[in-house]
This record gives sequence, structure tokens and C-alpha cells, in this order.
Amino acid sequence: MRIALFITCYNDTLFPETGIAVVRVLERLGHTVDFPAAQTCCGQMHYNTGYQAEALPLVRRFVEVFREHDVICVPSSSCVAMIREHYAKIAVASGDLRLQADVTTLLPRVYEFTELLVHRLNVDDVGATYPHRVTYHASCHSLRSLHLGDVPLRLLGKVRGIELVPLQKLDQCCGFGGTFAIKNADVSGAMLEDKLHCIENTQAEVCTACDNSCLMHLQGAIHRQRKAVRTEHIAHILASEGGSAEPRKDTV
Amino acid sequence: MAAPNSAADFPSAALPLLRNVQLRDNVRHATDVIQRKRSRVVGEMPDWEMLRDSAQRIREHTMEYLADYLEQFEQNCTAAGGQVHWARNAEEANRIVIKLAQNATASVIKIKSMTTEEIGLNRALEAAGIQPVETDLAELIVQQSHDRPSHIVVPALHINRHQVRDLFARTMNLTQLTDRAEDLTEAARAYLRQKFLQTPVAISGANFLVAETGGVCIVESEGNGRMCLTLPRTLIAIAGIDKVVPRFRDLEVMLQILPRSATGERMNPYNSIWTGVHPGDGPQEFHIVLLDNRRTEILRDADARETLHCIRCGACQNACPVYLQTGGHAYNSVYAGPIGAILTPQLALMREGQSLPYASSLCGACYEVCPVKINIPEVLIHLRGRIVQQQPQLQRTFGLEAIAMRFAQWLFLSEARLRLAQWIGRMAQKLFIGNSGWIEKLPGMLGGWTRTRDLRPMPPQSFRAWFEKRSESSTVRNQGKYE
Repeated sequence: MRIALFITCYNDTLFPETGIAVVRVLERLGHTVDFPAAQTCCGQMHYNTGYQAEALPLVRRFVEVFREHDVICVPSSSCVAMIREHYAKIAVASGDLRLQADVTTLLPRVYEFTELLVHRLNVDDVGATYPHRVTYHASCHSLRSLHLGDVPLRLLGKVRGIELVPLQKLDQCCGFGGTFAIKNADVSGAMLEDKLHCIENTQAEVCTACDNSCLMHLQGAIHRQRKAVRTEHIAHILASEGGSAEPRKDTV
Repeated sequence: MAAPNSAADFPSAALPLLRNVQLRDNVRHATDVIQRKRSRVVGEMPDWEMLRDSAQRIREHTMEYLADYLEQFEQNCTAAGGQVHWARNAEEANRIVIKLAQNATASVIKIKSMTTEEIGLNRALEAAGIQPVETDLAELIVQQSHDRPSHIVVPALHINRHQVRDLFARTMNLTQLTDRAEDLTEAARAYLRQKFLQTPVAISGANFLVAETGGVCIVESEGNGRMCLTLPRTLIAIAGIDKVVPRFRDLEVMLQILPRSATGERMNPYNSIWTGVHPGDGPQEFHIVLLDNRRTEILRDADARETLHCIRCGACQNACPVYLQTGGHAYNSVYAGPIGAILTPQLALMREGQSLPYASSLCGACYEVCPVKINIPEVLIHLRGRIVQQQPQLQRTFGLEAIAMRFAQWLFLSEARLRLAQWIGRMAQKLFIGNSGWIEKLPGMLGGWTRTRDLRPMPPQSFRAWFEKRSESSTVRNQGKYE
């Protein structure tokens, strides 16, 4: 299958290793990955912060860039939630009938990465080996917008050598929330402390999630407080084939 | 006073509360207990989602034909001997109540009512020389400690029983009082009993107004409400116009979802429904004040109208991770938590409380528990849009955030510009990378991030650059060496 990757603006810039891991998993499963170079951002930050007029051109751009692609893979559930929950409303508000029609045909083609694997490609064993103690953090969008349920855990459960430890208060937000983390930095920081506490209780080596946004938030405090646990996007675990300790690929 | 006070925006009001260990423990404990009870009694309902759907449809339908149902209520309530008053705003409502009470009494007993909090009735009564006595235990605690309610259903949620003991010992002059729950309620009971028996006028809110019958419904846990509704000669109820339901049978849905969502009970201990007056039984004079106070303004905004569907159960507050950290006072508003974040600014015509729609990580926990399925995150985003729209032209053009947003959009509208920005970012970040190799201090707005968090620097190569390089060399791709 030909799969178009929407890497998302922040993964492109800050977490290229996640995109590389996604490509690795999909190609290992025999698929071809396209990367439409004109892609940039889904408009989530603008839209959620109240700059809805500014988000509209980004929505148009996204629709154009992915017009010809049948299956679009997004390794970020909050960006998928932006597209799925808001694009139709934005199109209606724009009064542009063509955009409305385009969004209608776009929506069924957009998949979050783990959703693509399990629901579209019908795979839950991607042939990964990852001999580490891991806890899974369910991002709010994966949980309440995409209703991913146990999809990520089914994939992780098939990874060889992995030791999965459940996280307490799984449904509680880590406090990121996009510009919330800056506008309400103190409250966001207090929420983060609660989440870190639960993560530490698992004694996991690695905390994973479907969203690098949450992980960036957690990682920021983990680094500040010099804690032992580290964060990895789920794609990284699913791409791993054992071997060495798999250090973070800072130098791609 | 209709508008919430604008003393401090949410982030500044939250700061001292975040440092208050006692308060945060109280809030954490109380919300945790209620949430667990709620999960249990909601989980046992096989048709919970159907109930939510029904409730949502009842509320939607009611709002669509609100004027009709209100008139129907007025007709039926009047026919049953009640007197209906219409109040456009808080001032009018307070004036009506004071006029009714003034000649009859020097004090009134009150049932817990958020609507009377919203219109600042107690202050208005006191100014008119009428002493209001709160008879709900938690409201009594709040009133005696000159505090503000911090929760819609559990107004003294931020106070624990040791603090209540100290308060009652002082205000009721009970030096021997222990902090056992039984002793505290007994103290309140003894204090209130005389008030119930002596006061000729009671003031209540309303949970539901039934258009079909003209009946008014109140649910409560302590029985103080039943006392107020039956003992005095005169009863004055104050209700927002959003409280109406079309038919008596709609209560079948509402009285299932409300107690389970609010207090985690299958049914409230006291459910009172009364219709007008009955000779020789209960209050012989019944007034109801129907309050608009900008509700019709909310009704006009199709994207925010569902705010009025709220039945004040407080489930969103208990589920909210932001409320959990700060409690209700950070919202500086009668209505706290997620529902307060959308209701308060709208009640103030978006002129106050503008920081409240931003006091959310949009995690969606509120929407998940809302028994009438108000999509609070959607409304929050919509109101953020209205706040941005109504900024003064100067701020919308030259404000730092507005410039940053427009600049980011300009970058995202061209791949070449995005690449350039990524390159510049990699150069510029060197100024901020600390000894640990990570970014430890960012300037301006972004400094909020580095207050408690570091940031891993941008890696030397973006994903798009990697993909491009790899595509150029097909041999590398065929060998599967991607790094």
C-alpha cells in the first residue's frame, strides 16, 4: 500500500526520529511511504488558541497537499483530532462548498499511526523487539477524541521482550494542552508533577505515548529534575528490533 | 451585582492557591471521593449513554422553544396560585425579592442556590436590612466564614471538617465541639432549627421548572430544603429561564442523571416538587422570579448556546484536572471549573473573565462526564475565538501573541519559509542552551515553558531533510539504512 505520511510541524522540527521510526515500521510491513514535501501544519495551534481565521488557510493547504493520497498516516493523535473534529466545522464556517466537499472526502483517509496499523492494515504484531520496562501514557486526544482504546496497548503487547506496566490515573491529563502550558504555566506544571509521580511509581525505564507533545512536556520536567525514566514515542518502540540499548537518535 | 468580579485573571489567581497545601489536599480528597461514587453509580446503569442522549435532546428542544415553554410555565404556575415575576437582570431580580420580603420579615431562610449567588442576592438583602440565613450546611459554613463557594454542588469543598470545627466553635460559641461529622451536623441542626421555626419567608432556587404543570422541582440531601419549602408563610423561588423542562415526564430522565452526576447518589434523599399554593398546606404565598441576566444573549450564539443546557451537577468540576489543582476560587467567579469557564464570560457579555476559556488543557474530561453532553472543549475554543476577535484593533495588530500567530501562519504557508525558520531556529537556539545541553531558559512568553521544564534542542536535521536525502539515494533506501 502507498501511505502518505503527515509528519506534523513539531515532529518534523523537534522529533524527526519519530518520523524515521514510522517509515521503518511501515516499510518493514511492506508498504511504501510517500512524503508530500509541501506539507507543513494542520492549524491546531492557531485554531485552539482562538486564531480561527488564521487556521483556515492552513486547513486549505492541508486539503490541497493530501488531495491525491488515499491513506494518510499521522503520528500525533492531537493533530488527527484537529482534522477530524474541527475541519468540517471550519469548512462550513468558511462558506466554501468546495472545501466542505474536500474535507468530507479527506476525513476517512486520515489515520493516527497506531490506528492505521490495527484498524486499516489489520496488524498488531509489527515484529518489534524492545527488552525494556515500559509504561504507556494515554494522551487525552487519543483517549477521548480518537477513542483509540486499547489499540496502542495491543501493539505494545506483541513486542518481544517488553515488560508493560500499567500507569495509574491513565485518563488524567499531563497538563500540556498546547499554549495552555505557557499561558497557565504554573497550573500546567502542577498537573505535570502529578503525572510524573504516577510514572515514577511504575518504576518503568521508558514512558511511551502516541503523542510527542505530551512526551515533550514530560521529558522537559524529567530532564529538569534529573529523573531516570525516559520518554519514547510508540513508533520508536514498534520500530525497534532489539540489538543495542537503542539510544535516542539525536543525530539523524 | 451580576458580573463576576474581575479582580485577577486565572493564572494570577491560581498562584497562591497552588501554594496552599491544605486547600489542595482538601480539593483532591473531596473530588476524588465524589468521582469514585459517581463512577460506581454511573457504571451500574446499562442505559447511561441513552439517558445522556435523551437529556441532551430534551435540553436542545427546550432551548429551541424556550419562549413558548416559559409562557406555558407562567400560565400553569399562575393558575395554581403562584405569582410569576420576570427579571431582566440581577438588579431587577434583587429588587423584586427585596420588595416582597421587606414588609414581612427582618430575616429570610435560604436554600442553597447558585442563581442567588449569581445575582449577589445576599449582599442586596443585607443592604436592604434583611438578614439572609443559609440553611444548607456547606452554604452556612461559607456564609459564617465570609468565604465564597468554590464548587457548584459542594460549596465548601475546599474546607475540611477540622476547619469547620474551628469555625463553628467560634461562631456558635461551642468551645467543646469535636470534629466528628455527627457533632458538626448536630451543631448546625440545633442552630438552624430555631431559624426554620421563626422565619416567615424562605428563598430558594430551582432545579427544574415544569412547563406542563407549572411545578417547581428541588432536589437536596439535608432536608433543610424541605423545611424551607414547607414551614414559612411565604416562599420566593429564583430560577434562570434555562431551568425549564417541557413535560413532567422529562423529570424521569433528569432525576436519574442529576443525582448520579452530582453527588454519586442513585437518588437524592429529598425530592420536592410543588405547584402553586394549597390552602392549609405549606406556604400560602408563592412567588417565582424568572431571571434572564444575559441568558438570551447566550441563546443567540449558536456555537455557545449549549452552555444553557447545564443542569448544575458539578461533574465537570470534579473531573477537571485544572480544577483539581486550584479549586474553585482561582476562577474568581460564582461558577467555577469547566462550566464556569464557559458560562462566566458569557454572563458578563465577554467583557470579563476572558482568561477563563484559556484555563483548560482541552483534555475533554468534562465533556466525557457531562450528563447533558455539553461539548465544553468546543465551546471553550469558540469563546477563545470570540476573545481574539473582540481584542482592540491595536492589540490584534501589534499584540505580541497576535504577531507570533500571524508570523507562524506565514511560515506554515510555505515549505521554503518553514525550512528557513527551522534553520534559523537551530542557529538561534544556541543562545539558550544551558550547561546540560538542553534549553533551560527561554525569553518572553515562552519563558512559561522553562519555569518548570527544560526543552530538548532541535536536532541538526529535520525529518523532511532526512526524507529528501534518503530519496535522492535509492541504494541507501534499498539497503534499509535509514539512520
